[in-house]
Amino acid sequence: MPKDHGIGASSKRREDVRFLTGAGNYTDDINVHGQAHVFFLCSDLAHGRINGIDMAKAEAMPGVIRIFTGADFEAVGGLPCGWQITDRHGEVMKEPKHPVLAHGKVRHVGDPICAIVADTLDQARDAAEAIELDIEVLPAAVNMKAALQDDAPRVHDDLSDNLCYDWGFVEENKGAVDDAIKSAAHVTTLELVNQRLVANPMEPRVAVGEYNRGTQEHTLYTTSQNPHVIRLLMGAFVLGIPEHKLRVVSPDVGGGFGTKIFHYAEEAFCTFAAKAINRPVKWVSSRTEAFMSDAHGRDHVTRIELALDGDNNFVAVRTETLANMGAYLSTFAPSVPTWLHGTLMAGNYKTPNIYVNVKAVFTNTVPVDAYRGAGRPEATFQLERVIDKAARELGVDPIALRRQNFVTEFPYATPVAVDYDTGDYPATMDKLEEIADIAGFAARRKESEAKGKLRGLGVNCYIEACGIAPSNLVGQLGARAGLYDAATVRVNATGSISVMVGAHSHGQGHETSFPQVVAEMLGIPEDQIDIVHGDSSKIPFGMGTYGSRSIAVCGSAMVRATEKIINKTKKIAAHLMEASEADIELKDGMFAVAGTNKSVAWGDVTLAAYVPHNYPLEDIEPGLEETAFYDPANFTYPAGAYACEVEIDPETGKVSVERFSAADDFGNVINPMIVSGQVHGGITQGIGQALLEACAYDEDGQLLSASYMDYAMPRADDVPFYAVDHSCQTPCTHNPLGVKGCGEAGAIGSPPSVINAVVDALQSGGHAVTHIDMPATPARVWAAMQAS
Amino acid sequence: MTKVSMKVNGKSVSGEVEGRTLLVDFLREGLRLTGTHVGCDTSQCGACVVHVNGEAVKACTMFAAEAEGAEIATIEGAANADGSLNVIQQAFQDHHGLQCGFCTPGMVMSAAALLKDNPRPSEAEVRDYLEGNICRCTGYHNIVKAIMAASGQDVSAIAAE
Repeated sequence: MPKDHGIGASSKRREDVRFLTGAGNYTDDINVHGQAHVFFLCSDLAHGRINGIDMAKAEAMPGVIRIFTGADFEAVGGLPCGWQITDRHGEVMKEPKHPVLAHGKVRHVGDPICAIVADTLDQARDAAEAIELDIEVLPAAVNMKAALQDDAPRVHDDLSDNLCYDWGFVEENKGAVDDAIKSAAHVTTLELVNQRLVANPMEPRVAVGEYNRGTQEHTLYTTSQNPHVIRLLMGAFVLGIPEHKLRVVSPDVGGGFGTKIFHYAEEAFCTFAAKAINRPVKWVSSRTEAFMSDAHGRDHVTRIELALDGDNNFVAVRTETLANMGAYLSTFAPSVPTWLHGTLMAGNYKTPNIYVNVKAVFTNTVPVDAYRGAGRPEATFQLERVIDKAARELGVDPIALRRQNFVTEFPYATPVAVDYDTGDYPATMDKLEEIADIAGFAARRKESEAKGKLRGLGVNCYIEACGIAPSNLVGQLGARAGLYDAATVRVNATGSISVMVGAHSHGQGHETSFPQVVAEMLGIPEDQIDIVHGDSSKIPFGMGTYGSRSIAVCGSAMVRATEKIINKTKKIAAHLMEASEADIELKDGMFAVAGTNKSVAWGDVTLAAYVPHNYPLEDIEPGLEETAFYDPANFTYPAGAYACEVEIDPETGKVSVERFSAADDFGNVINPMIVSGQVHGGITQGIGQALLEACAYDEDGQLLSASYMDYAMPRADDVPFYAVDHSCQTPCTHNPLGVKGCGEAGAIGSPPSVINAVVDALQSGGHAVTHIDMPATPARVWAAMQAS
Repeated sequence: MTKVSMKVNGKSVSGEVEGRTLLVDFLREGLRLTGTHVGCDTSQCGACVVHVNGEAVKACTMFAAEAEGAEIATIEGAANADGSLNVIQQAFQDHHGLQCGFCTPGMVMSAAALLKDNPRPSEAEVRDYLEGNICRCTGYHNIVKAIMAASGQDVSAIAAE
């Protein structure tokens, strides 16, 4: 019987009730008394020199309060970057200033130039149209290869070129990797594009800044995945506001997928302007503004080589990648193509020699940063595509080739600096073959062929490094922050509990799953426990939610804090029952003395802590509130195997996903229903990348995909029902819950199997196609069929 | 400014609007019914779906003034009279048909319109009908399942978790 409460139960989500009845509290639902509205006049050019801004007419328009430009922000800091990469020559990356409002030059379509603050948003928009900009058009650096040429336009005039860094990993291994490839029996090479995507949470970003003259306190309401990170970055590095005078609130947030991690100009602007005009200032992004200002994702161009010996064992992997940074360095941008990408190039395989080179490039495009998976989808895609290509070249079964090269002994130290603690890759592949009914594929292909369709099967494995991250390790790698998390467990007098957590829930269901853990530990009902998150004035300093880290890192902090509560309540219970603390057992919300029939209830002990009349005051303090900070000892390593079956209509090139199966190992699982939901969503984003989505620029740097008319989001009829399974569980060895994290797996694991399936289908139709770039649109597939 | 009057969730309301005020803005800002969301500016995402005289309408596609005299139903009025979740809302919770909740009001209102016209839709019919409602979190699996369950169909054969 499945459990009906506690760890492992599919408890229904308590947050659903407010979302289903329109009672959610998203940032745009917040209006502050007396608020003004800001509209940002943004660059419609990729690159240009600002020679003049004539605001006279606009300033006289009805309702206009003040118009700000870059000159107003000269005295404050730029938007900071949280990670510094040291390149293969020992030099630190180039780090140009990212001004709050453009100053001197505009560097991408969407770069904000003027901020018009008015009584209403319509008035601000009307005034924006009356501003006369004198901008000299400059040639733009758009294509990454061209941007690295000597004569390329420079995105930043004060930098010698557009190369942010040239990273080699592991540089000392390069010679051995080159030698292994030279002497290999077979080398498969693949050049591919991991196209630029836009995360597109359904809730656009919003910021509301407020300033209290009486207390000199700032409040920022913002759509963030990590309010404390915003408070630190904006307070300490941009505006110089001390933390105790700055409160950052992220209430219900309508999805993030990475793009709401970062500190954005609009947050700093609204906070700054609220004080400057002495009125609250609200900004709401339209979808088109979101396309021009939310940090984008992916955008790698890669060449990968896989070398095999005569027995088809992998002997070396070598990759070269150009990674687009966009015009400025977003908060964590430099870490994505490096430490979140290069470290994953071993995949699930015992390849002994690996070398990764990444050149990060500035271009006149929107900044690129982490998007669901962040570096790991890029690593997985190239590795799992080149393995599939190698299997076809060698005429061996792609599943068998993978199985032959699996890491099977743990812990396993990869040649790319990470140590896998646990895993069972053959077991996840066994499970995949079962749920995907791989054996039945041949019959299904015949059925498709009878209908005139091509059918293909694609399989891949993936591994990811989650539970981000051990602070001392990432500090050595260039992180400018610690990556622990924190939880405070406040037990009230009557026994109910508020748990204040650093993690932020914006779809993940923490308000349901986190109490399941505490309820399991204490033996009290889940509904006596509430999770408090998203308000820097209420929660301890935690780093927020991204990188599939919430339960692995913040959940571990919550366990540690709850353990402190258990220790203290046992002392109180021992006192109340005049027993030895060592004999006290806590079970089902009752403290019992072992070997006796003496017991006291949870609520009696919690009441005693707050009404300490009969209480060991000489030994312990009254009250029941404990905080723990948890810094992980290692990353966690979720892994799995995915299979996709597609049908291709040879008349049109249209690819339809007919079946998709996912076998994941997430270690222990707190709420299987929520975990499956995370995988479903990730798979759909991965299918979106493989078949539909592309953020497109023309050669002048004009953004072509700036609305849902142009950017193809996956719709319900683009995908089938999925078969997902997470019964293969090798618990993480270094966190108290044995959990690994599940938020990004679907997006990491799904694109290669879709493209592998497309190639398989095309080859089954006699087309000599060995690769097709994402998104495999009907036009691309049809053209590939005509060319082969 | 124009005065508009309409019935929203059974209650008569009126307010002053500009000619350019969209129905969704009147609902959200004029009436503070913030359950109806805005997720795009091109009438693609469906987060703002409400019912106008019984028909599903994207509230960003009509002006408030056009709703003069209309009967509007929003997510705030969707629950049963006793405040409990209606059959569609309950199915969304039972089958984990929502994550961040932002597209959810539009999804629920669209689902209600679908089931009114087609009480037992097939999987393909549900997916086709939801073409105008984008969800970025759930991958649609559990939304489709929830709507089929709300129509009284047995969904136990659809991959459970």
